[in-house]
Amino acid sequence: MKNKAGTMITTNISWHDITPGGMVYGGGTAASFKTGDWRTMKPVFKADACTQCLLCAPVCPDSAIPVTDSKRLEFDYDHCKGCGICFKVCPFGAIDFVKEEK
Amino acid sequence: MSIRDRLSGNEAIAIAMKQINPDVLPAFPITPSTEIPQYFSQYVANGEVDTEFVTVESEHSAMSACIGSEAAGARTFTATSSAGLALMFEMLYVAASSRLPITLACVNRALTGPININADHSDSMGARDSGWIQIYSENNQEAYDNFIQAVKIAEHKDVMLPAMVCQDGFITSHAVENIELIEDAAVKTFVGDYSPEDYLLNEKDKLAVGPYDTVSFYLEHKRQQAEAMINAKRVALEVAAEYEAITGRKYGLFETYKLEDADTALVIINSTAGTAKDAIDALRNAGKKVGLLKIRLFRPFPKDEIAEALKHVKAIAVMDRAESFSAAGGPLFAEVRSAMYDCAEHPAIVNYIYGLGGRDVRTTDIESVYTDLDTIVESGNIGETYRYLGVRE
Repeated sequence: MKNKAGTMITTNISWHDITPGGMVYGGGTAASFKTGDWRTMKPVFKADACTQCLLCAPVCPDSAIPVTDSKRLEFDYDHCKGCGICFKVCPFGAIDFVKEEK
Repeated sequence: MSIRDRLSGNEAIAIAMKQINPDVLPAFPITPSTEIPQYFSQYVANGEVDTEFVTVESEHSAMSACIGSEAAGARTFTATSSAGLALMFEMLYVAASSRLPITLACVNRALTGPININADHSDSMGARDSGWIQIYSENNQEAYDNFIQAVKIAEHKDVMLPAMVCQDGFITSHAVENIELIEDAAVKTFVGDYSPEDYLLNEKDKLAVGPYDTVSFYLEHKRQQAEAMINAKRVALEVAAEYEAITGRKYGLFETYKLEDADTALVIINSTAGTAKDAIDALRNAGKKVGLLKIRLFRPFPKDEIAEALKHVKAIAVMDRAESFSAAGGPLFAEVRSAMYDCAEHPAIVNYIYGLGGRDVRTTDIESVYTDLDTIVESGNIGETYRYLGVRE
C-alpha cells in the first residue's frame, strides 16, 4: 500500500506521510494481505479423486479455491485459513484435512 | 442585507442547517434538541431543502449513518443532547479518527443519574477527548453564527475533523431572542461546496475507510489526528475573520469582557457568561475591577492565549457546569489551571461546580463568587479550591 505521493507504507513511515485515518487507496488490497499463516489445519487437494463438481469453491469464505475454465485449481495457501468447510462439502473424498506442519 | 428575526436557539440552528442545505441529515430526537430535526423535517417535507433525511432507531445509528454518508462524500449534519450524545460515544471516535468533518448541534443537557432534562455540560464534556472540535455558544446569535463557521472549520483541508456546536438546553435552545441572520445565498457562498479529496463514491479512485490499524501504525495516525486539531485553532481564527467581514460580528478563540484591567475574573462556558456580564456591569459601577473570560473553542484548547489573557489577574474562579468526579475539580478547571502553570506568577485559581441539572444561576450567585475572590486576594489564602456554588448546605 502506498500514500498519495507514492511512498510505500511500511513500519518506517512517519506520521506526516501516513494516510489520513488509515485510508487505503486502491481496490482489491485484501489479496496482498496474506492470512494463510493463521492456519492450524490444512486442506489437501487430491486431483485424482476430484470430479470437478465445484461444490467446494463457492463455500470457501476466503476465495482460496481458484477456478479457471470451470476447473478448480490447487488451494491458495496464502489466504486459506484452514476452516475445513471444503473438506466437509466434498462428496468424493477429494479433499483431505490434515494438521498443518510448519 | 441581513435579516432580523425572533428565534429560539433550536430554530436558529435549524435555519442555519436549512440555509446550508446539507446532503444528508440522520437524527434521532432527544430533549432538548428534538426541535432541530423536527424543524428540519418540515423543510424537507416542504421541499425547501433537498437533503436526505434519515430517520434512525438510535443515536448510535444516527452517528453511524453520519459516518457512512460523510465518508461517501456527502456533507452531513446531526443534532443531539445528553444520553443521545452518550449513546454516540463509540462512533464519535470513529468519525474523528476517520477524519470525517460532520457537524453536530449539541444542545447541552445533564447526563442521566438521576434522570434530568435540563442544562449542564456533562454530555459534551464527556465527549471532550473524542477528537471532535467543540465550540460553545452564549446565546442564540452565537449558536447560529458558530454553526455556520463550524462547518467551514471542520471541512478545511488542514483540519478534516468533526465539530460539535454547543448551547445550553432550554436556556438558549428554547428561549426566543432577536437575532440577525445572513441571507441564504451569502451563507451558501461562505460555506461553499463540500469537496473532500478522498471519498467513497469517487469511481475513479478506489478507497477503503476505517481499516484495522496495527501496533505499527496506530500511534502515527493519532499523532496526525492531533496535528489536525492543532491546525483547527488557526483555521477557526481565519474563518472568524471571514465571517466578520460579511456580518460585522467578531469571534475569537474566546471572548473577554472587561478583563484587561481586572483584579478578579471568572472563566465561564455558554449562557451563564451573559448572566456574569450583567453582574460585572453592576460591580464595575460599584468600582470593582472584575472581568470575564468566556470559552468559545474548548477543543482545541487555546492554552497559551488563555494564559496570556488571564496572567495579570490576582484571583480567578473557573466555573464548571459539569462534574468530573475527580474529587479535585471540574474539567474546565483542570485545563485552565494547567494553562496557567507556565506563567511566571500564578494567579490564585479556584473552581466552582455550578448549575448542574439546570439549577438557575442568578447575578447574585455570580456576585458572591467575586466576593469570594476578593476575600482570597485580601487574605492571601486560597483555601479549598474545589467548591460548589449554590448548593444547599
